[in-house]
Amino acid sequence: MSAPAVHSLWTMAADPIEKIQAPKIEYGQLSPTLIVIGAAILGVLIEAFVPRRSRYYVQVFVAIVALAASFAAVVGLAAGGYGTTKAGIAAMGAIAVDGPALFLQGTILLAGLLGVFTFAERRLDPAAHGKRVDSFAAQAASVPGSDSEKAAVKAGFTTTEVFPLLLFAIGGMLIFPAANDLLTLFIALEVFSLPLYLLCAVARRKRLISQEAAVKYFLLGAFASAFTLFGIALLYGYAGSVSYATIAQVVDGTVQNVSPALAGTMGNDALLLVGGAMVVMGLLFKVGAVPFHMWTPDVYQGAPTPVTGFMAAATKVAAFGALLRLLYVVLPGLRWDWRPVMWAVAIVTMLGGAIVAITQTDIKRLLAYSSIAHAGFILAGVIATSPDGVSSVLFYLGAYSFVTIGAFAVVTLVRDAGGEATHLSKWAGLGRRSPLVAAVFAVFLLAFAGIPLTSGFAGKFAVFKAAAESGAGAIVVIGVISSAIAAFFYIRVIVLMFFSQPRPEGPTVAVPSPLTMTAIGVGVAVTLVLGVAPQYFLDLAGQAGVFVR
Amino acid sequence: MENLIALLVAAPLLGAAVLLCGGRRLDAVGHWIGTAFAAASFVLGVVLFADMLGKSPEHRTLMQHLFSWIPVEGFQANVGFQLDQLSMTFVLLITGVGSLIHVYSIGYMEHDERRRRFFGYLNLFLAAMLLLVVADNYLLLYVGWEGVGLASYLLIGFWQHKPSAATAAKKAFLVNRVGDMGLSIAIMLMFTTFGTFAFGPVLQSTGDAGEGKLTAIGLMLLLAACGKSAQVPLQSWLGDAMEGPTPVSALIHAATMVTAGVYLIVRSGDIFNAAPDAQLAVTVVGAVTLLFGAIVGCAKDDIKKALAGSTMSQIGYMVLAAGLGPIGYAFAIMHLVTHGFFKAGLFLGAGSVMHGMNDEVDMRKYGGLRKYMPITFVTFGLGYLAIIGFPGLSGFFSKDKIIEAAFAKGGAEGWILGGAALLGAAITAFYMTRVMLMTFFGEKRWQPDEHGNEPHPHESPKVMTIPMIVLAVGSVFAGAFFGIGERFVKWLEPVTGFEHGHPPVSALTVTLSTVAVMVVGVGFAYAQYGRRPVPVVAPRGSLLTRAARRDLLQDDFNHVVLVRGGEHLTRSLVYVDHTLVDGVVNGTAATMGGLSGRLRKLQNGFARSYAVSMFGGAAVLIAATLLMRAV
Repeated sequence: MSAPAVHSLWTMAADPIEKIQAPKIEYGQLSPTLIVIGAAILGVLIEAFVPRRSRYYVQVFVAIVALAASFAAVVGLAAGGYGTTKAGIAAMGAIAVDGPALFLQGTILLAGLLGVFTFAERRLDPAAHGKRVDSFAAQAASVPGSDSEKAAVKAGFTTTEVFPLLLFAIGGMLIFPAANDLLTLFIALEVFSLPLYLLCAVARRKRLISQEAAVKYFLLGAFASAFTLFGIALLYGYAGSVSYATIAQVVDGTVQNVSPALAGTMGNDALLLVGGAMVVMGLLFKVGAVPFHMWTPDVYQGAPTPVTGFMAAATKVAAFGALLRLLYVVLPGLRWDWRPVMWAVAIVTMLGGAIVAITQTDIKRLLAYSSIAHAGFILAGVIATSPDGVSSVLFYLGAYSFVTIGAFAVVTLVRDAGGEATHLSKWAGLGRRSPLVAAVFAVFLLAFAGIPLTSGFAGKFAVFKAAAESGAGAIVVIGVISSAIAAFFYIRVIVLMFFSQPRPEGPTVAVPSPLTMTAIGVGVAVTLVLGVAPQYFLDLAGQAGVFVR
Repeated sequence: MENLIALLVAAPLLGAAVLLCGGRRLDAVGHWIGTAFAAASFVLGVVLFADMLGKSPEHRTLMQHLFSWIPVEGFQANVGFQLDQLSMTFVLLITGVGSLIHVYSIGYMEHDERRRRFFGYLNLFLAAMLLLVVADNYLLLYVGWEGVGLASYLLIGFWQHKPSAATAAKKAFLVNRVGDMGLSIAIMLMFTTFGTFAFGPVLQSTGDAGEGKLTAIGLMLLLAACGKSAQVPLQSWLGDAMEGPTPVSALIHAATMVTAGVYLIVRSGDIFNAAPDAQLAVTVVGAVTLLFGAIVGCAKDDIKKALAGSTMSQIGYMVLAAGLGPIGYAFAIMHLVTHGFFKAGLFLGAGSVMHGMNDEVDMRKYGGLRKYMPITFVTFGLGYLAIIGFPGLSGFFSKDKIIEAAFAKGGAEGWILGGAALLGAAITAFYMTRVMLMTFFGEKRWQPDEHGNEPHPHESPKVMTIPMIVLAVGSVFAGAFFGIGERFVKWLEPVTGFEHGHPPVSALTVTLSTVAVMVVGVGFAYAQYGRRPVPVVAPRGSLLTRAARRDLLQDDFNHVVLVRGGEHLTRSLVYVDHTLVDGVVNGTAATMGGLSGRLRKLQNGFARSYAVSMFGGAAVLIAATLLMRAV
């Protein structure tokens, strides 16, 4: 049968036969994503065809080159005006290429690059059977403690699959904040979530807790995805379309042609409100907002620390990007419905994260709760519903991701016989043994706490200012109180490191390779530069703060 | 030309930086570096002065805006300089006397292993003092004000291994803080009243402010002046400050820094002119202090403390003159300059004596030194004649004018202030003659100390005597140079304004009475210390003498009223802090900790609980969104 004939079977015979338009894909504008996804597929092929000994090097090389090339593409697009004057919708309305998208993609790519550096670190663990090893299991599929695991370790295997997984995750994250219809949004969500579930499970040490974290993350993530998908279905029922632009038009009441099949439900506000809330809920799960945050501490603690660092930084960037686009492009007409609810979420997130963090005794869990509190601070900027709000959130995300990756990279350095020494009591007196490492970590903690001259202060100031100017004074007051509570536990760690006696059986600080050093060094540099001279980057975020519709 | 002003301040600042950061490798040459930077500053001052003389009197003010320090809407803090005749006078005094004292210190501090640091501090002082007098606004003046306070603190406590020096430095610092608070409050009041603190706008718009505001500003400025210039009631630190090396006492605690209060009052003349009550308070402080200092100076056996009492008293004269308004401003500054010469000379002379006497300061253990150190004797003697107002010498011209102006204030006030000033002149003659006689005349009274070291008094090296000679020349001729033909008054008039005072009796009568009381004072002193041998151990003395030896009970008063009172206040505040404030703080922390512990239990590790929490959260989220639409 010819193609038109097939087509006619699928459509109503009454319709005149039309030619299928080949989708118009703007490869240039989508190049950042395409490069990363392509490299990820290449990584899979490398796993299949390159000999085991050289896989690690090839994978690291491919990943770094792909991310650098992708970042160059983002910069090129931004320089070409695609962030401002030439901003538009690409790929048949599926993907937006505009300021926020490019800014966030750039941030994700840099975070990903630093992530590759920490993934590739092989000097921290003592060599096993003469082979240098990284943070990942010799063979992820072997049962912990089994003979096959021992054999894999002895053979010097490593899980080089982490690199293509990482690239797939980054690819999904690049699409996520740029997604311009609900289905693309959902697919991007799954594309970046599934590799992350896997990555959480492949820790070299403490494998059981790592696998437990992965299972929890997967179960709860799937649960959240179900909500999102259901919400998407309801929104489709409301608007007759999954495209952001169309839904926004229906919300505004400016849409003309109503599909007869949907006449019963279209424009039913209950569908809109429930559907919107469910999609938003899925995104709040990803950013770790209270009450959808409970996976965060367990997963952050169990996942291999390089994965935690990458995930904490990049997931937040991607998910907040998607949340911003959803709220600013699709649901601005509903502002007065969602704002009070988001107020409440921001408040409980800020307070909840800060308060529960006080009693934590594990550094990774502490940082997890800290990330929850920060999600609350960022939400304060999100709900400002003003251009300043968008740009302040963009700036905050950029600043926060570097601090986070740097801080988790430092965590990988402090080790004892059982691997990383994450219990806080072991960090006592670290400042006396390794003043440099402790000082660097102190810089990150001060940035988390939002002390002036660090990027944390500039970011917090920007979001609170935007929130205050939009009339959310109460949020700002609660935000400042939460910051004060949070400052307690950050400073407590500094006090512990510098003003306590070191314990005799305390951990040692491993000397990393230039890879991790670069990740930490870049983190410190960005933290200080954004803290001392934030104006250029605030301007950059300000220029990038307009969504295309 | 304007750019030189910044250089003027920068030169000694650079010197301080080089010396203090340079480390030990500069030890051998540090004193030369310090002196060179001070001299460079002096040369710049002279160049600026020559330039200024070439212009007509109305156009001599140089303004330079350097940079905006804190530019905020409605709050402009600029760094800028204003060099007019008043500042110029100070610049020459500070750099001139400062350079001489740098030279003198090369000899005086020769055996001190921390000499480089000493010169670094001296340069720091010069920079801060110059900043103070060339600033074009009160805020920048305050920077210099605090800078000289810092330098003074560091130099009083320079021999910090001596507990007495460390304590004295701390005392000076603390007492000065009280005055500094006054200055900062005055600046804040200016800002709220005028919206600026630049000299020009503030002083030109005094007419727009209410008298009450101006009086408040004036009183706060007076408090500041009292702290820095050791005026009653903030005078107690100056005597102890003599713990510092003698060149410091000469430069900072006699010639320059302690006169900053007078500068402040004269500079703010327009404020005081419009606030007669504040002006009256200034004259009262001046009159009280000139008597207070003079009485203390009569009873001290420590040569430097006697001179410190004298300094306090002479600054009292200046403050009195500054409180008289336009009839007195020029004379206050004139006396300030002549005093700078002769008091610096007297202190350097005292230092020279100590240098030859194994650092002995008790005048009862001197005696007959004129034979051993002739140059010191002659220069000190000329300074002595100048300060007591011997006709023709510097002090005669400047002090006499102040006494005249005090009488010219008119009414009962004029008689009281003039009488006090005249009485002060008599006491000045008495205590200075006493110092002179006990030090240079009579029999030698020194004995070997407990280690058997007997002092061998000798003349000091040239590097010390030459500055003394230069200052002595100034002590002799400066007054006549300034006073004859009202040269100095005309010089300052464009800045401070001038009015002729009209004393109720003729000027000649005042002058003759001044000379007469001076002669009486000298006579009394000669009768007591010249004709009879001076006992080596101080006699018990009258009640007044004993009180004066204890600085008229100033420290006892401060201890009972301020220290005890302060301790009680502190104790009650600590009590409130411990019970109330800490209670609230610790209570909050405990509440947060408890809350944290409870909330933490929700995190039980079971994925099913987490899912329930998410489900509940989603339900609430949806319900709340729907509810928002409903209301």
